[in-house]
Amino acid sequence: MVTAASPLVAGMDIGSRSIELVLLQDGQVVHWDLLPTTFDPLGQCRSLLARVRAARIVATGYGRKLLLENLDNPEVTAITEIQAYALGARRLFPEVRTILDIGGQDTKAIALTSDGKVAKFEMNDRCAAGTGKFLEFMAVALQVDLEKFGDFALQAERRIQISSMCTVFAESEATGLMARGESPANIALGLHLAIIARTAAMLHRVGVKPPLLFAGGVAHNPCIKSLLAESLGAAVLVPEQPDLVGALGAALYGQKLVAPE
Amino acid sequence: MPTPYDEMWEKLNLDLTAHEGLLQVLGKFYGDIYLTQEGRLKGMEYLDFVLSEVHGLRIKELQEARAQGRKVIGTFCVFVPEELVLAADAVCVGLCAGAEIGKEAAEKILPRNTCALIKSFVGFKLSRLCPYIESCDLVVGETTCDGKKKAYEIFAEYAPVHVMEIPQMKQACDRELWRAELRRFQTRVEEVTGQEITAARLKEAIKLVNQRRRVLQRLNRLRAAVPTPISGRDVLLINQVSFYDDPVRFTAKIGELCDELEKRVKAGEGVTPPGTPRLMLSGCPMAVPNWKLPYIVESAGAVIVGEESCIGTRNIRDLVDEGGETLEEMLEALVDRYMRIDCACFTPNQERLQNIVAMAKELEVKGVIHFALNFCQPYAMEAFKVGRALEDAGLPMLGIETDYSLEDVEQLKTRVEAFLEMVR
Ligand code: SF4
Ligand code: SF4
Repeated sequence: MVTAASPLVAGMDIGSRSIELVLLQDGQVVHWDLLPTTFDPLGQCRSLLARVRAARIVATGYGRKLLLENLDNPEVTAITEIQAYALGARRLFPEVRTILDIGGQDTKAIALTSDGKVAKFEMNDRCAAGTGKFLEFMAVALQVDLEKFGDFALQAERRIQISSMCTVFAESEATGLMARGESPANIALGLHLAIIARTAAMLHRVGVKPPLLFAGGVAHNPCIKSLLAESLGAAVLVPEQPDLVGALGAALYGQKLVAPE
Repeated sequence: MPTPYDEMWEKLNLDLTAHEGLLQVLGKFYGDIYLTQEGRLKGMEYLDFVLSEVHGLRIKELQEARAQGRKVIGTFCVFVPEELVLAADAVCVGLCAGAEIGKEAAEKILPRNTCALIKSFVGFKLSRLCPYIESCDLVVGETTCDGKKKAYEIFAEYAPVHVMEIPQMKQACDRELWRAELRRFQTRVEEVTGQEITAARLKEAIKLVNQRRRVLQRLNRLRAAVPTPISGRDVLLINQVSFYDDPVRFTAKIGELCDELEKRVKAGEGVTPPGTPRLMLSGCPMAVPNWKLPYIVESAGAVIVGEESCIGTRNIRDLVDEGGETLEEMLEALVDRYMRIDCACFTPNQERLQNIVAMAKELEVKGVIHFALNFCQPYAMEAFKVGRALEDAGLPMLGIETDYSLEDVEQLKTRVEAFLEMVR
């Protein structure tokens, strides 16, 4: 059993689709949980926290300020997703030099120095092209479950090119292809390739040094993972729970605050 | 709400309802971004006053000048030599616009992918929102970027416009061109004002504008102190106001502000806690009321200690040589001074890279934030080279492309905060 003296530190990643919680004690993950964001992110955060007794919370993700502004007890600190991912990724794979995170609404590419500091980062602009939202949209258009969309695309027989990066235009392009008799799997693969093209460009702007860690909800997608490895000509590491990297990083940051080495 | 200026605005043919909306937005913005700051200098009260009267008292002064037969000449670019305007006893006002309010009107005649600055001044004109533009007897455009160049063609349908051809390179033949353009401008100003630009008057004007540059240089030297004695936002505001305030009064007032600042620096007092990361801005001009990025940066816990921009060092770094006696000599001195401007419209533009790196080192900043307006090709493209030059000097840069809207504020905050975490 854990001793009463070591405080529990919570890391929370409040994203546009889901909220993740990771609890650390003495540097070890003792609990994790996640809930969809819904229209009441603060309420969802509270339910996640109600199940645990954290002495300190570090929030990250686009909703990080929400906790900072609405929770007095325990103490809340906010860090950006960039820093959270850097910390989380290095914990999982200490050698990591490049991180790609594709989440619900944004995509981030982060280059790390050899000692794990953020050297450079890129984020997508206000548009959803190339993010999880894009895949979500397209899965709906092709009537495939989002969870199975990657496997579905892997059944494709040939590579076709979807030239639109824009979610709306890509959808009409896909519909056009369907009308011309292209198989849904081939179209799905084309849509996956479109994301890879955009993501690779972003990665190259920060410089791709191996090893590369792929995190965020979209890292569950096996098609994106294999196309990414192919496009970069390098191995792609995907953690067991790719959506928890941000929350883990936040918790690690909190650990340093309560027990500085 | 009726104001003592309604009649004047009506005479200037402003759209009174829309204009009131603009003033409200401006007032709210100013309150949130400026008046919430702590430990501001007493001298900033003058700036608060000027800004609160930006469409009031200053416009009244312009009307009074016009009633006395003086002319008002508006400019959009630091390339237009104010000295020639002042030497003809005209009033010079900067017309750069930083508000989104006329955007819809502007998009009726301009492509959507036009930078916010151009949309803003065209929108102001079309929606009759800017009493400065409406007070101008002449508006001076220039052939800097393509967007502006073409926008002036449209603008000319609504107001008297004179366009100066700005060289794109800095060879001997470009100097020739620029000299000829100064001459042509001189003639046009003389025509519009009915005043001859004599050597004696030009000499006075050169001194006057130099004095204003000097006081702003002094401000920049003082604000560089550790701890930072004045917020970057406040310095930006001072630079913005320098474009439309009366130059003599402005120079005197900022001189007083600098005296106060000097005392503060001597006493080792600052407006930020020790260890606050120092950053520098570089890129496109930020016109009133475009305070978005500085506000985000300073709210995130950094302080801005330099603006490498036309509303900043690009406008004040170089002085005009005051030794000339004849008109010829003085025009030559103007050619020299203005050809030193390192705007991204030039090619190649190595000077700008050198100036940025030198400035960043001198100010001992932790990093540089490069600001390009969306669709501004010259600055957005040059950002790549700026980033590389800074990287070679061991300094990180964050490249931001944005406009005047507030819709991307959250994303910008994340970027800026992540950059701060990185450089701390
Ligand atoms: S950025 Fe270039 S075009 Fe714009 S005001 Fe400055 S010098 Fe003129
Ligand atoms: S910001 Fe760029 S595009 Fe806009 S007017 Fe200035 S140089 Fe031209």
